[in-house]
Amino acid sequence: MTIVTFVKHVPDAEARLGRGPDGLDLGGASFALDGMDEYGVEQALRLREAGAASEVVALALGPARSEEALRSALALGADRAVLLETDAALDPIAQAPALAEVVREAGAKLVLVGGKQADWDSAALGPALAEALGWPLLDWATELAVEGDGIVAVHDVDDGSARWAAPLPAVVTAQQGLNEPRYPTLPNIMKAKRKPLERRPLAAASATVETIHVERPAHARRNVVLDGDVATAARELARRLRDEAKVL
Amino acid sequence: MVLIVLDHAAGTPRRTAFEGVRAGRRLAEALGVPLAGLVLGDADGAAAAATALAAFVPTVYRAADPALAAGGHEARTRAIVDVARSVGARVVLMAASRSGQAVAPRVALRFGGALLEDVTDVRVEAGAIVAERLTYLSRAVATVRALAEPVVVSVKPGAFAAAEASAAMGAVEDVTIAFEESDRVAQVEPAGRAARDRVALEEADVVVCGGRGLGDADAFEAHVVGLADDLGAAVASTRAVVDAGWRPYAEQVGQTGKSVAPKLYVGLGLSGAVQHLSGMNRSGVIVAVNKDPDAPIFKVADYGVVGDVREVVPALRAALAALD
Repeated sequence: MTIVTFVKHVPDAEARLGRGPDGLDLGGASFALDGMDEYGVEQALRLREAGAASEVVALALGPARSEEALRSALALGADRAVLLETDAALDPIAQAPALAEVVREAGAKLVLVGGKQADWDSAALGPALAEALGWPLLDWATELAVEGDGIVAVHDVDDGSARWAAPLPAVVTAQQGLNEPRYPTLPNIMKAKRKPLERRPLAAASATVETIHVERPAHARRNVVLDGDVATAARELARRLRDEAKVL
Repeated sequence: MVLIVLDHAAGTPRRTAFEGVRAGRRLAEALGVPLAGLVLGDADGAAAAATALAAFVPTVYRAADPALAAGGHEARTRAIVDVARSVGARVVLMAASRSGQAVAPRVALRFGGALLEDVTDVRVEAGAIVAERLTYLSRAVATVRALAEPVVVSVKPGAFAAAEASAAMGAVEDVTIAFEESDRVAQVEPAGRAARDRVALEEADVVVCGGRGLGDADAFEAHVVGLADDLGAAVASTRAVVDAGWRPYAEQVGQTGKSVAPKLYVGLGLSGAVQHLSGMNRSGVIVAVNKDPDAPIFKVADYGVVGDVREVVPALRAALAALD
């Protein structure tokens, strides 16, 4: 079985986002493989190591720099990589059909993708991929195993968690708790440079959502630190919550 | 038409349903189109929720099927698309809850429409639907415009105030959904519920969140849960606490957990890593208690107390009890 694991190249979580003339300035930010996508890569590798899969394909869609996220996935252990290259700003609904095409072509039965990517804070890609493929969606998995021709899993739902089972193929979104991702070793980083990475220009796709403007919100916080001993500070905090902030 | 998917828990409308009504009314008025609600569930749940929600919208469509109560995304998608098509919806609006976020993209793609996801505001500008949403781990706000119709809008829980009931009672209409076999392929059964009878994290007016500074699970229970009980608040945890196994994942707030925007957020013994801040920085009033005066949480806090949470919380609980 082939598993496709989607990876996105996103601004580092600790990166400083600057203010530019057009709102947001990402010029100073460093980029990395998305943290939630990384749980998907790790799960794909574990399934392959357990004998449930024979091949792990890392897939990305985005500008040329996305190749770095694919190289990271290859260094972790993915077998090969495909980049659908585009400089266009495409929303997940617009991306899904092109990504689904690559999944079908690879003959994959399982797609793993992060629950939410840290650039557009969108949780739509996994569900949109499931729709484009006509497959069931398992979102926010915290446990996942392949059993026979299907998968059994536990995932988060609105009021807690639920057990979930379905025959393959399926799309699964990954998150913290699913596994503890490994670190790439130096020999594997070297080996990753020789693994196949195919770059293709993305065929025409039209965005369904247009971004008009992005800006950093200015938070007006009181930033009051209450002084004095613990009892005094606590009394002052209780009083201010009631009289000043009026939240009690 | 603007069609709002109205969520409920076993027949009791969720707060997000009333928030959705407020957003939906605004869009229906601006577009000059009628407003309707859609309730999905098993027979009993859908009946109770539809009756309760008819006071808020002129028409409630009611689709009852066991598959819709089980929480399967595929069955819900089918029902929403079927009803939206038959009523000619220009906008389909739902809460950006976990299930809403799983269903909304499927509905948008099946329609060939657009998705405005997890929006904090939505309005009509020059005939187009425009929304605001948080991006880059909630560190920036993007203004986005839909380029295709119908437009599927998922609304961030807590972003809109709950709507008031209408002057007139609406009608309830039953609809039958033509499910396909592929809609029922996934088997779902509840594994664990959120802890006890506490207010749901994403709907709470007050959230008390604990971090690793509590030291251990017992101290978390004593101080974080204790203060939450006093305030009638929901309990939340940081990733570090969940990773340590002190608390369940369902309580986690942050990038990999839930996103909350209560009127009052109290952060105890947590530093305020950017991944955590992304899940709570829209809160109304933020209180922070941490022994490190340089902890990033103080930068976003309205009120801070520098000290050991295990000393500050008992003092705060005593001070709250002593308020007139």
